[in-house]
Amino acid sequence: MTETTQAAAFAFTPENMERAKQLIARYPEGRQASAVLPLLDVAQRQNDNWVPDAAIRYIADMLDMPYIRVMEVATFYTMINLEPVGQFHLQLCRTTPCWLRGCGDLRQVIKDKLGIGHGETTADGKFSMLEVECLGACVNAPVVQINDDFYEDLDSASFEKVLDALAAGERPAHGSVTGRQTSAPATGLTTLTDGAGAPDVA
Amino acid sequence: MPTLTVDGIEVTVEPGSTVLQACEEAGKDIPRFCYHERLSIAGNCRMCLVEMERSPKPIASCAMPAGDNMVIHTNTPLVKKAREGVMEFLLINHPLDCPICDQGGECDLQDQAMAFGVGSSRYEENKRAVTEKNMGPLIKTIMTRCIHCTRCIRFAEEVAGVDAIGAVNRGEHMEITTLEQAVNSELSGNVIDLCPVGALTSKPYAFTARSWELTKTESVDAMDAVGSNVRVDARGPEVMRILPRLHEDVNEEWISDKTRFAYDGLRRQRLDTPYLRRDGKLQPATWQEAFAAIAEKVKASDPQRIAALAGDMACAESMLALKDLFGRIGSPHMDCRQDGAALDPSCRASYLFNTTIAGIEDADALLLIGANPRWEAAIINARIRKRWLAGGIDIGLIGPQVDLTYRYEHLGAGPQTLSEIASGSHPFTAKLRAAERPMLILGMGALARPDGAAVLGAARSVAEATGMVGDGWNGFNVLHTAAARVAGMDLGFLPGEGGRDIAGIIGGASSGDIDMVYLLGVDEIDMDLLGDAFVVYQGSHGDAAAHRADVVLPGAAYTEKNATWVNTEGRVQLGRRSIFPPGDAREDWTIIRALSDVLDCTLPYDSLGALRKHMLEVAPHFARIDEPAAVEWGQFGGAGVMDQVPFNYLIEDFYLTNPIARASQVMAECSALFVGSGAEATGTHG
Repeated sequence: MTETTQAAAFAFTPENMERAKQLIARYPEGRQASAVLPLLDVAQRQNDNWVPDAAIRYIADMLDMPYIRVMEVATFYTMINLEPVGQFHLQLCRTTPCWLRGCGDLRQVIKDKLGIGHGETTADGKFSMLEVECLGACVNAPVVQINDDFYEDLDSASFEKVLDALAAGERPAHGSVTGRQTSAPATGLTTLTDGAGAPDVA
Repeated sequence: MPTLTVDGIEVTVEPGSTVLQACEEAGKDIPRFCYHERLSIAGNCRMCLVEMERSPKPIASCAMPAGDNMVIHTNTPLVKKAREGVMEFLLINHPLDCPICDQGGECDLQDQAMAFGVGSSRYEENKRAVTEKNMGPLIKTIMTRCIHCTRCIRFAEEVAGVDAIGAVNRGEHMEITTLEQAVNSELSGNVIDLCPVGALTSKPYAFTARSWELTKTESVDAMDAVGSNVRVDARGPEVMRILPRLHEDVNEEWISDKTRFAYDGLRRQRLDTPYLRRDGKLQPATWQEAFAAIAEKVKASDPQRIAALAGDMACAESMLALKDLFGRIGSPHMDCRQDGAALDPSCRASYLFNTTIAGIEDADALLLIGANPRWEAAIINARIRKRWLAGGIDIGLIGPQVDLTYRYEHLGAGPQTLSEIASGSHPFTAKLRAAERPMLILGMGALARPDGAAVLGAARSVAEATGMVGDGWNGFNVLHTAAARVAGMDLGFLPGEGGRDIAGIIGGASSGDIDMVYLLGVDEIDMDLLGDAFVVYQGSHGDAAAHRADVVLPGAAYTEKNATWVNTEGRVQLGRRSIFPPGDAREDWTIIRALSDVLDCTLPYDSLGALRKHMLEVAPHFARIDEPAAVEWGQFGGAGVMDQVPFNYLIEDFYLTNPIARASQVMAECSALFVGSGAEATGTHG
């Protein structure tokens, strides 16, 4: 974290303050510290998808927690960015299912196309990339999370298209890029009685 | 009470015990790193795995509550394999740099790897390296050695009450850190003992000695009036470090940073030869010359014009010898209350910590009067915090607001609030009355003032009016700041008939009514007020008094003599000599005994045994070592009117309260960092 990137002060906007109060009110009296993760998320959304140090202190004060306890939570989760990230923050899943289904190729696409690796941001500040552990969408592997959206069933070609569209200022449709509905079978719908999927009832 | 079987041995344990405690009860040693009796349970090191019947996998015994009819095995092949596996994982990222590690020889990881590890490694990848952290001038870090037991985090949060240490990042990247802040706690040094590996070690002790080459002496601390039990580790003529010793009723297993780290002050500014002021300058002299100069002065003076004062770190033996000497000379002017506190010798209960330190845990309401226990007795403060964490205690404070590491109600600043509580018009009185075992702690900040006697009287009426004194419970406590004070009071190092007290002696010296003052380790008074008096200073360090003195007699520091100490509870404890005093310095009572010869009023004891025998005649309770006896309640304290001046705490700088601490570079560094101009506001500024 460099000095220049850190904001001197942080405060919630009135709307976010309202939201923060609602979040704190979800927990019993005296257990306000439970709201730390949602509040970090609110702060991150308010501040270009990253949480400055000032915001951590602000939240610590708000929740009557020691600064280090908030810091522990903020550093534990890869979803909380403690340094500025690009306009499009790519989170590439590298856990086993995505890896078997070719996340290595996607990493190469990012390297070739954007010239960035793990934890880096492009010079124009448009893209940044983080390799993360399981995003929980293994049936549609490989998966890349871009800001709040999942792009699934990717391969090099389709991923390049997504990146091109983003660079051009478009919002490509998220979900499975092969067009399958959620995690329905990739080879089309099946029933229990037909083909290889049929149970062996002999 | 659950009954379970451990390796075929049936044990019954307290409800709420863990399997690990049950195993210990059965005499089975369970290896562990993260588990510690005095900290919350983390269960993250996995070293304590044992086999439980009807459980599909080994269980972490530290975190598993002991249940009825459990069958535990601690010596099966499965347990052996589990331990070897855990040990192998722990050692993956441990640098194995034992030959250059200060923990070597007293390291849990080393010992347990020897006892439970496989003896060889299969790991061929790169080990991870972790950057060092700045934890202040006391704690040295080599974080690559850390095995993430989190004992230090739990200690800081639970016992010390400062949220300074935490674990950031996760998984393989987890690091223990303070975010480059020094740990601002008076108890921070204890994390060094708690660390089961060499990740947190003592900075002042770094690379100075190996644990097996040290002579270990079990002794008692004299930095404050707690009487913490310590072990003094010395090599040759030098104290290399000071560690706590377990005493459940006093310091549990903690000691304050001053107790632990002020030992480098034992080497600096030492008086190692007698000095005599000749032509206005202190010059080295022989003992004979020094004694002759004193004898000349004493013989030329009217006994009514000489006086003696005893300081904060004087041992019982030397105070008794000096009292006897002055008795023989015929002077009634002596006082051990260096800070001028209005302690009343007529009733012993009036100047003791009657609940005892362990008794704090039984109290359910606490009133602090002019006491800042965090600085005056950090160990007692930790005990109050422990009681507070258990819940159900009302704590009120009269005095300046400070951060005590627990929440309290700030009742007021001075005597007015105290009178309100005594008269019952203050709402806190009701809380004290409603409590089953209320207690109050009266600090020196409330007693060491002109109206101290009236404050003492008011505190007594609070105690009596709120039912603090009754059957089996005495909630009236005085918190002393000096290790010598209670012994001085017990032995009667106080003005005799027609004698002057400390104010009278200093005033007399200023005005010329007192010709000679004998200072036994007295360094905390304003030396300018001694006027033209002839000053004899007996002590260990060249501090304020030695600079003013006309004759300096080099004495022994608390680590250099066999001495008796009485702590604020009235607990008599024996300190033992670890090293010899430097140069020509001598044990203090022997100096006074030798001087008595020269003055022709020889004291009737020439061995420590004989002196102690005499001490038992003066104060029979000195025979009851380590037993604070219940003392009779009585009448004490003045009925006068209290000033309206707010109370002020006596200690302005925790790290610099006595000549040894002031001579210590480590303490000076701590003071500059935590108290001095460079410090952040800690809230504990007196």
